Amino acid sequence: MLKRFSLEPSRIALNLAVLLIIALWTFPTAGLLISSLRDKNDIAASGWWTALSSANVNKKTHLKDMVDQVEKDGKFTISGNVFEGADAVSGKVSAFGTKVQAPGENAAGASAALDGGQSLVVNPDGSYVLSSPTAFTADNSGIRVFYIASQPPRFTLDNYQTVLFSEGIGRSFINSLTVTIPSTIIPILIAAFAAYALAWMKLPFRGLIIAIIVGLLVVPLQMSLIPLLKLYNAAGTFMGAPSKTYLGIWLAHTGFGLPFAIYLLRSYIAGLPKDLIESAQIDGANDFKIFRRVVLPLCFPALASFAIFQFLWVWNDLLVAIVFLGSGPDQLVLTGKLNALLGSRGGNWEILTASAFVTIIVPLTVFFSLQRYFVRGLLAGSVKGG
Amino acid sequence: MANIKLTNINKSYGSHHIIKDVNLDIKSGEFIVFVGPSGCGKSTLLRSISGLDQVSSGTLEIDNAVVNDVPPSKRGIAMVFQSYALYPHMSVFENIGFALENQGLPRAEIKQKVEAVGELLQLTSYLTRLPKALSGGQRQRVAIGRAIVRGAKVFLFDEPLSNLDAALRVQMRMEIAKLKRDLPNTTMVYVTHDQVEAMTMADRIVVLQAGKVMQVGTPMELYENPNSVFVAGFIGSPKMNFITGKPAEKLKAKTIGVRPEHFEFSKTATDISGTLDYTEILGSDSFLYVSTSTGMLTVREPGRTQFKTGQKLNLKPIAEHVHRFGVDDQRLK
Repeated sequence: MLKRFSLEPSRIALNLAVLLIIALWTFPTAGLLISSLRDKNDIAASGWWTALSSANVNKKTHLKDMVDQVEKDGKFTISGNVFEGADAVSGKVSAFGTKVQAPGENAAGASAALDGGQSLVVNPDGSYVLSSPTAFTADNSGIRVFYIASQPPRFTLDNYQTVLFSEGIGRSFINSLTVTIPSTIIPILIAAFAAYALAWMKLPFRGLIIAIIVGLLVVPLQMSLIPLLKLYNAAGTFMGAPSKTYLGIWLAHTGFGLPFAIYLLRSYIAGLPKDLIESAQIDGANDFKIFRRVVLPLCFPALASFAIFQFLWVWNDLLVAIVFLGSGPDQLVLTGKLNALLGSRGGNWEILTASAFVTIIVPLTVFFSLQRYFVRGLLAGSVKGG
Repeated sequence: MANIKLTNINKSYGSHHIIKDVNLDIKSGEFIVFVGPSGCGKSTLLRSISGLDQVSSGTLEIDNAVVNDVPPSKRGIAMVFQSYALYPHMSVFENIGFALENQGLPRAEIKQKVEAVGELLQLTSYLTRLPKALSGGQRQRVAIGRAIVRGAKVFLFDEPLSNLDAALRVQMRMEIAKLKRDLPNTTMVYVTHDQVEAMTMADRIVVLQAGKVMQVGTPMELYENPNSVFVAGFIGSPKMNFITGKPAEKLKAKTIGVRPEHFEFSKTATDISGTLDYTEILGSDSFLYVSTSTGMLTVREPGRTQFKTGQKLNLKPIAEHVHRFGVDDQRLK
């Protein structure tokens, strides 16, 4: 038992590295989430890490004027609440003052002596009493009061409501899903078949085909983008299809994703025990059946890991989307929309953080829902020692 | 009922000639064991019969029909793999029923057949489990169940017991022998490197070496009349003693072979004498390792030996049990 907890240098280094990665990943994400849930004034006033502590804000207000004065026992008072009025905030008054140079001169609840024998008390709840031995006149009423209000943390979903429904992020979200889901599924379908054939079927030039596919892995996307677009447009013109459609971008992403998909799945499928495939052959299954009933269920972890790769890459892609899709509201994807927002609403942090979080919520969901397939050993129990 | 006939079978991988001109006639309902050291081509020969490997030349007949170009599933064979090769994502029921499913049988019939096999192999309570939740012996039984359920005419076993521990191996050996009794019409071909399995289970044993058939015969034929030094040395445990030199020349042979149990002790000096190096006492038998001028000899003595290590022993082979081999290592008539 003791040995388990012994501090080997390599373990310490490993644990530190893991901690570092967790920190690098968690802090920005948490910051983004917290910022997007805060009030826009709070975002401007303080950083997200202060979101849970109360914020102090300096405010000023005009007290009520002579109309509201009340006479009682020969004293005249004006009472009210500093939090009333158009520019009001909520919270707790911690201090107040009547001079702009000293807004926190008097503690809340204490009485401050003013000119002409007047005195002012502002309570923590914002209520105030201004009293005077003589009647208030137009000259000495309606005075300005400065106060420091400490506000409890406020969280709101308003930012999300704004970006989803007024800024067009909602629509772009749908557009991104429209691009991403078929662009993930189509290459998997093609690649799984290809991978099985290249791993287990006796084909002429099999080695050559595999070599070509591996070669295609290193072709930079930027190099083939424009020729591909011209080819697609020419074919589209020939067949009477418009140039910027979802079909076009599905095909483009499929093409760019296939070499990696085939490469990844082929290595995985080729690593399945030979006995399993042969056993299925003897059991009378044809290649299609072996693929569907034996290989496909067993290579689910590989399919899942490729699906994650492809989904994230397509979801985060801007370049291919710009080239193959238009920029109208019905085609602009999230990355393009974010880019546009940065230009038009660059100062509005509440808009940008909420938009950014809407953008990463889907990749996060995909990753967390499929990540268990990375670790699960599906082959356990099939062969000796499994 | 299916016989298997191999005529001039050759198999090469590139320049490697694995199976060399094998001729073999396996009768219907026979339990044949291919035995030989590793790399002798016994598994390749089995795979050729199964159709997983194509033969390079020669004719392969199953049930009097040439099957050289018939795919494995159409040969009427079933195979049990060394690694069991169970489908890990399917339950025991699905594993056993997979072949029937491929034949397109109705669900009810599959269920009935699988349950019958499950009962035969005492797997009834495990039918819904995944292979990973089974022990080694149970997995092996599922693999055998897959073969039985199809009603195949020929069963091929590729070292099916080599993954099991010793106790379980003995038990499964008995179960396979019982299976053979229950399915008397099924031809079984069994590959092993373990000569004990071969001796205990086979109707006939085929001894292979370097892709060639060395001898075919019943276990007792091979034990009593091995036709070469190789077979003589391979069959039997402990190994047969081979003696060259003066004692062999006396019998007009290059080598004589004497099994450990076929020695007598002599009071007077003999041609073969030496000192007792080491003894193994097993209770029922004792094995004596005697260092002589022709090398180390193993002698088996029933019961507990009274000889002490270092003692001088005079050994005399029992004449009628001496095997004589010529210069080509073949048996002399």
